Formats: sequence, structure tokens, C-alpha cells
Amino acid sequence: MRLILHVWRQKSPNDEGRMVRYETNHADPHMSFLEMLDVLNEELISNGEEPIAFDHDCREGICGSCGFMINGKAHGGHPGTTVCQLHMRHFKDGDELYLEPWRAKAFPVLKDLVVDRSAFDRIIAAGGFISVRTGSAPDGNDILVPKEAADRAMDAAQCIGCGACVASCPNASASLFVGAKISHLGSLPQGKPEQEIRAMRMVAQMNEELFGTCTNLGECEATCPKHIPLEVIARMNRDYLAASWKHR
Amino acid sequence: MSAPAIAKPNVAAKNFSQLAGFWDTPIGKKAVMAVTGVILFGFVVGHMLGNLQIFLGAEKLDAYAALLHSMPGVLWMARLVLLGSVGLHILAAVQLTLQSWEARPRGYVKKEPVAATYAGRTMRWSGPIIAAFVVYHLLHFTFGAAHPDFQPSKVYQNVVTGFQVWPVSLFYIVAMVLLGFHLQHGLWSMFQSLGFSHPRYTPKLKQFATVFATVIVAGNCSIPIAVLAGLVK
Repeated sequence: MRLILHVWRQKSPNDEGRMVRYETNHADPHMSFLEMLDVLNEELISNGEEPIAFDHDCREGICGSCGFMINGKAHGGHPGTTVCQLHMRHFKDGDELYLEPWRAKAFPVLKDLVVDRSAFDRIIAAGGFISVRTGSAPDGNDILVPKEAADRAMDAAQCIGCGACVASCPNASASLFVGAKISHLGSLPQGKPEQEIRAMRMVAQMNEELFGTCTNLGECEATCPKHIPLEVIARMNRDYLAASWKHR
Repeated sequence: MSAPAIAKPNVAAKNFSQLAGFWDTPIGKKAVMAVTGVILFGFVVGHMLGNLQIFLGAEKLDAYAALLHSMPGVLWMARLVLLGSVGLHILAAVQLTLQSWEARPRGYVKKEPVAATYAGRTMRWSGPIIAAFVVYHLLHFTFGAAHPDFQPSKVYQNVVTGFQVWPVSLFYIVAMVLLGFHLQHGLWSMFQSLGFSHPRYTPKLKQFATVFATVIVAGNCSIPIAVLAGLVK
């Protein structure tokens, strides 16, 4: 199948960057989107051009490395799908596609479609963990975890930190990501002791990283490849408000 | 993820004064917007119910206005609370909007909304237009400065003569439709901002918000429409 691609090309973080038009005749409906780009890159390399840079790792939709905007939708906008798991059968012969990197001040573009997401790492470092005693391992099942809490924690723990929530949010807010981490850890007994300080610290760090503010539009939930629900943002708000109330 | 270096200092350890810290975070500001939103929503409901007395005749409406004015303490208390709420609501909205704009200095060449409702996406349009409408509305019916034929304490007559000018009525109707959109998003959004979300109740809440916003629009618009149609004269 034939495709016309408009791709954001940017040599380095300081380069101005521009959209460049490419045409390829070698796309196949069985390819994933990234495989299609691999083939295009082979063509570019054989023509002596610089290949298009994009992040990727597992190509199974579980690592959170890949992701860019396709026609204005994060990961292409297919429910529960990362770009590596998005297949070319969803597109038609002759389609014109716009590929752009995640856009946010907190996610500076490093090259082409690759952005620096270490702001997420710093948010995790601020409170996205539980403190445990080292030493002998505790007995298995020593701490009882209600099934419902385990389920809810697992749902939130699905977040792979790809950044699609920030990219799709009209406000470039990281609320879904932070809410997922807060819900994941806060739902479990092991995460309870630090529930409030975690919310305070992660929210403060999110703000420090210059992410935007949530207006409850739900774009993040709709494009999240892991179906993280908007409910986790309410959980973050609740934990943060409770923590600020109790904080002395 | 690229560039694993954790370079920036961790702000979390920083001790901040509590109230300033609360206002400093978007969640704190959103909570203030939710609480002031509840107050303003309550006012909108009360104001509509009071005004609908126009359908009971001039004596009834003018007597209601006189009743409110007979309690200046209560009246001014309510006005101050409303003014404070409007001020905080707008201040928070402006600061949050600026923060969001700064968070994406370079926009997309192409961007498609996937889930955001029309009401949600236009909050930053409906808000300022409603604010401008409120100023006009106060000059029109409260102070009379924007009313060519204003008679102090003759509320019924002022409303009728005011709405007989069709462009004025049209502006009122447009403003009320925008208020409806603003409430449709705001009514459920305030629960989310304060931390309440439930897979079973939130969809119901959204339905309630739509119904309630429609009732507010219909109730308020019925007055200029009735005047223009000659039903109230």
C-alpha cells in the first residue's frame, strides 16, 4: 500500500524542526506502524538520508517506550493500543498521515519523534515508591490484601508511563500518570503508610516539572493504551486534598 | 526512557507555607474553583426561581424584590460572598489556564479531540463571555445604567421594557445557552476536582448535569422569550 507521511524532523534539541513529506509504496497491512517506519527508514538510508528517529523497545505494547501522534491522536487513537501494536490494516491505501512527537514543555524533543520523558522519572523519585525494611523476607501472605484493592491496584499499575496522557491532553497535564501511580500504591496495604506524603510530593514535583492543569476533559483516558480510567485523577485529588488538610 | 539522569532537585522536601502551597498546586486551585462553583451554581438556581415569579404578575415580583431589599445585611452578605466566589473562581481559572498554555509552548500541526465534549472544550470561552454578561446584566437591571428606561424598584416593568429590545433579549439567550454549557461540564467536574469519582455514580452525575443545565437554560430563557412573544407585558 502507498502512504504519504508528514513527519516531524528535528536534528537536535536546539534545532528548529519542521514537517517533512515522505512517500512510501512498501507499507503492508500486516506490518505494525513501527515496522512500516523501519521499512521507510531502510529506504531513507539507501538514499543516503538520515533515518527517522523514534523510541521503541519491546514492541509488545508493554514497555512504554514508543509513542507519537498520528493525525493528532496519541498512538493513533485506537483503544488500548500503542503505536508498536497498531497495525497498518487500520489504514487505507493512499492515506496521508501526520506524525508528530509528544508536545509538552516537560517533554523536550530530543530528535525527530523522540522526547525526553525524565520528568516522569523525577515524579516517581519524589514519591512513587514504598519504603520497606531490608533483612529477612516477610512470610508470604503475611499482609492480607482485599481482592478488590488488589484488582484496583493492578488496574492502575498497568500504566507503562508512555506519556500519551500528557500528549493528548489539551492542557499537557500529567494527572493521569500521577493519578495512576498514586492509585496503584495507595490501594495496597504496603502503600498506605506513605499515602499522604506520596500525594503531596508527587503532586508538588508534577507542578515543578511545568506540566499543565487538569480540566477533566477525558482525552487522556480515551487515548491511554492501558485504559487507565479518569477515576485515578479523582483519587489523586482526594489524597492530595486529604493530605493538605491533615498536614501540620 | 531516554536521559535517565535525575538532575533537578527534589522540591518535595521543601517546606512550604501551607496555604500558599495549597494555592500553588493546580489541585488546590481546582478545589477552590469547585467550591466557589457550588456557591455560584446555588446562586444561579435561586436567582432563576426568584425571577420566574415574573409569571405570577408584577405585584408578586416587585414584592419579592422589596423583600430582598428589606434585609440589607443579608443582601450585602450574599453579594460579598458571591463577589468573593466570582473573584476566586476567575483568578484560579486564569492562573490554571496560563499554566496550561505555558505547558505546551509549541502546539501540534494536527490535533483531533477524541473524547472531550463541546462544553468541556469551550469552558475558557463560555467563562469570560458569561463574566462579561454578568457585568452587563448588573448595569442593565441592578444599576440601570445600561437600561434606557430604568425605574428604580419597578422590577417587573424594567424587565418587560428591557427585553422588548430584541438584541438585548438575544444576548441574554446566547449568554444563558453558554451558561448551560459551562454548567454541564462544571457540575460533574467539581466532583472530580474534589476527589469523588465512581464508575457507577459518575455517569449518572453527568446525566444529571446535562438535565440540570437544560432546566437552567430553559427557565432563564423563558423570560425574554415570553416578553418578546407578548405573553408578559
